[in-house]
Formats: sequence, C-alpha cells, structure tokens
Amino acid sequence: MDSKKWDKIATGVLYFIAGVMILILAFLLIFILWNGLPHVSWHFLTSPAKSFQSGGGIGIQLFNSFYLLILSMLISIPISIGAGIYLSEYAKKNWLTNLVRTSIDILSSLPSIVVGLFGFLVFSISAGLGFSILSGALALTVFNLPLLTRNVEESLRSISGSQREAGLALGLSKWETVLKIIIPEALPGIITGMILGAGRVFGEAAALIYTAGQSAPPLDFTNWNPFYIASPLNPLRPAETLAVHIWKINSEGIMPDASQVSAGASAVLIIAVLIFNFGARYVGNHIYRKMTGTK
Amino acid sequence: MADERKEIISATDVHLFYGRNEALKGITMDFRENEITALIGPSGCGKSTFLRTLNRMNDLIPSVTITGTVMLHDKNIYAPSTDTVALRKEVGMVFQQPNPFPFSIYDNVIYGLRLAGVRDRRILDEAVETSLRQAAIWDTVKDKLSESALSLSGGQQQRVCIARVLAVKPDVILLDEPTSALDPISSGQIENMLLELKDEYTIILVTHNMQQASRISDRTAFFLQGDLIEYADTRTIFLNPKEKETEDYISGRFG
Repeated sequence: MDSKKWDKIATGVLYFIAGVMILILAFLLIFILWNGLPHVSWHFLTSPAKSFQSGGGIGIQLFNSFYLLILSMLISIPISIGAGIYLSEYAKKNWLTNLVRTSIDILSSLPSIVVGLFGFLVFSISAGLGFSILSGALALTVFNLPLLTRNVEESLRSISGSQREAGLALGLSKWETVLKIIIPEALPGIITGMILGAGRVFGEAAALIYTAGQSAPPLDFTNWNPFYIASPLNPLRPAETLAVHIWKINSEGIMPDASQVSAGASAVLIIAVLIFNFGARYVGNHIYRKMTGTK
Repeated sequence: MADERKEIISATDVHLFYGRNEALKGITMDFRENEITALIGPSGCGKSTFLRTLNRMNDLIPSVTITGTVMLHDKNIYAPSTDTVALRKEVGMVFQQPNPFPFSIYDNVIYGLRLAGVRDRRILDEAVETSLRQAAIWDTVKDKLSESALSLSGGQQQRVCIARVLAVKPDVILLDEPTSALDPISSGQIENMLLELKDEYTIILVTHNMQQASRISDRTAFFLQGDLIEYADTRTIFLNPKEKETEDYISGRFG
C-alpha cells in the first residue's frame, strides 16, 4: 500500500514538473507571438529596414539569415559527415582519437560570443574577409560543426553492429557497408540533427556581430551576379541577420517604432525556428518510413 | 558413398588468441562438399569463434591473432594475398539474431547483387524469386516484396537473411546458431530448408540444439575449451562416441 502511495506521489510530481516546463514554453511563445504578429505584414517581411523613420521592414535581414544559413550549412555538412563517419566507423581507440573527441566536446561548449570574436580575428582580420557573409558563415561553421559531427557520429553509432556484420558477411567492403547500409539506416537521425542545427544557426546572433557585421546595405534584387557589390549573392558583403538586427535595435535602435520592429522580428524568428524543429521531425520520420517501407 | 565427397575446406592447426587468451588450441578438421557439418559444444568452447575463422569475420575484432592455415578450394584464405571481400562472397554467413536490413524484402535479397553492379531488372527479379524459393519463403512474401523486412516475424526474417546470402551464390554457408532465437516451428522449417539446400551448398552449422545436430547434419564435431575433442559421422558421435567428454556432453551430464 505504501509503495503504491509513493508511486502516485512521484507520478504527480513528475507531471507537475513537466507541466511547469510546458507552461514556461507556452507563455514565451504566446507572449512573443502576441506582441509581434500584429506588426508582421507582407510589407514588413519584404521591405528594407529604416534607421531613423518608422515603417521599416526586415526583408534584407531575412534574406541574409537564409543566405548565411545555406552558406554555412554548405560548408559544415560535408565536413561533419566526413568527420562523423571517421569517428564512428574508422577511428581506433587511442589517445589521438580521444583527443579529437575531447576537442570537439570543448569546441561545442564554447560560448558563441567567443566563437564570434575568434572569427573576427581569424576570418575578418587575418584572412582579410572583413565583415562579410563568408566570415559569418565560417564563424557559424566553427560554432555548429562540433554539434553536427557529434550528431552524425551518434546516429551512425546507434546502428546495431549486427548490420555491419551482415554487410561484411555478404561480401561488401567496409566502405560499401558504411555507404550503402549504415548511412542510409542512420539518415533519418542525421537529417533531423542537421535541421535542428540549421535552426540553431538561424537564431544565432553573438557569433555574427563581429563577423557578418551589423549593417545591411541595400541589395539590388535584379542583379544576381555574385561579384557585384550590391548583389544578394555576393558573399563578401556585410550582412546583418535577423537575430543580429533584433539585438541591434534593442541596444541602439533610434527609429520611432523600434519596439514594434523588434517584436515583429522576434515573432518571425521564433516562427522560423519552430518550422525548423517541426520540419526536422516530419522529414526524419518521412525518410525513415520511405526507406524502410514501413507504414 | 560419403567418403567419396570432395573436401572443400581444410583447416590445419588453427590457433586463435584474444590478446593472450588462447581461444582455439590448434584445430585441424576438414569439411566436405554438399554436406551439413554441425559444430557442437558448451558455451565458450570456441565453436562460433572457429566458424568465424572460416570467412575471416574475426579479423574485424582488434587484438585477435590467428595462426595456422585454412584451405578453401586449395587456397589458403589466410595468405596475405587473400581478398576478404571476395572470400566472403564465396563463404556466406547467417547469424544468430536475424539481422535483415531495414529496407524492403526485395532490396534485402538483392543487396549483394546490386552492389556487385547487377542492374538488369530481370536478373534481379529472377534472383529474388530463386533465392526466396530456396529459402522456402517465396509463397509467404511474394505479394509483399516491397514491404519492410522488419515487418516479418523472426523466423521469416531469418529466412530472408538466408535468401540474401543465397542470392550472392556462395559455395559455403556458415550458420551461427541460426534457430536459437526462433520458435520450434520456425526452427523446423529452417532445418528442412537446410536439408534441401545441401544438394547445392556446403553447410556448416553451429548449434546448441543436440536434436538439431542429430536430425540434419552428416558429420558432427564436438568442441570443448578451444579443442576439437571428436569429429565423426553424426551417427557415430551420437550413438557410439569414442571420447568420454563427448558422451558426457551429449547425454546431458554437463554443458
């Protein structure tokens, strides 16, 4: 009787804790969306920001965020997949691979402002890239790569060893086994991790302040030549992103409608991150079902 | 009659060490073509380890050292020039736990072929049907080849795994306790299938199930603590064993 009572109490406490967490999240979401959504319109999403007058939008910042995201994922996805495969399938257990793993763990716990300052020194100053999308993308790669690599490694490692044996016993080489059996099986996990990583990158501000810069010069959306200075695709132009924009108008914005712009931008950012999170689940499950033929 | 059969594999003085621990203490035995050979013995006696030396699966474990020779078709598979990938196409293996890939039944069966470069849909279709028929599961799955192999029962999964091995057309099939995770009915079906298969393949079977060894094998080898104690016709081993340890084991006095 006593153990039954305690079971009930423990269950109640756990429900309470979970409920508190959900309430906090729900409160944040509702608060941000309630304040921000009324300010979001097509005009707001597409027009450039204004420094001194009201009525500015976040069009360029939104484009910058996506472009930066794509560039940084283009750099970090291949590297993280390669590194993850190495760590999970090929690395022997010795001091060197332990060192690599420890370094990755330390790298992943670096505060993002430190990564930003490192990126500023290395990419913007030493490499001469200045405040540019490319500097920002490289800094985000430093920020995101450790987590992506660990995700790839963990996804591959979660595939049972019997699958590797099955592949090898069928006369596949080790590389064929990894490429044609282990990676396809781990793909849903890998893709989920990548999309969550994308969400993290999308909302990152501190690492970008000193690398991608805090200014969003006007873009000429009719000229897509990446070498033209006002071209949206030019990777060497400074590019304030949405998250940086929110930080900036809250710290030094002097436009009359700064608080509305900030609230609207926050709502857009939150919605984008939510889309990434739900998308990750949906895409991961979808690929898993498609590959395994289960319904 | 049985003695006229050709030897396909002969192992000579095979020692295997895990680090310093000697798990196989000089095994010398040969396997004849188109026979089922059963390896029996208590857990940890080295029978599975020995089975895995025959397609060099032990190479995958670091710290393992192997000495001695294993001749397959008169070639030493432990010679430095051996291509283990090619070897494992000749010597297929089925494991204790059914381990189908989480893909469709069709894809499971043709995985080896497709990776070997076969693209012709007709050849693949034919291989799927032949292999699944040989594995005695064609009638059960022919209408759901595109469904996941994981949706099948354990016994059916194991037969798909066997079909997957057959599709590569090996000469020898190694089975490591293939029925120990299955119910008696599925086990019986797999035993019957193995009896059918031995006309075309050489089968080497590790089993904990003494009845299974006596029902389907032609010859039986008894392992104990890394040694091959006795190896003879299955009838002789079960009815008239020479060694005391063998008799004790098969009569259930230990193990």
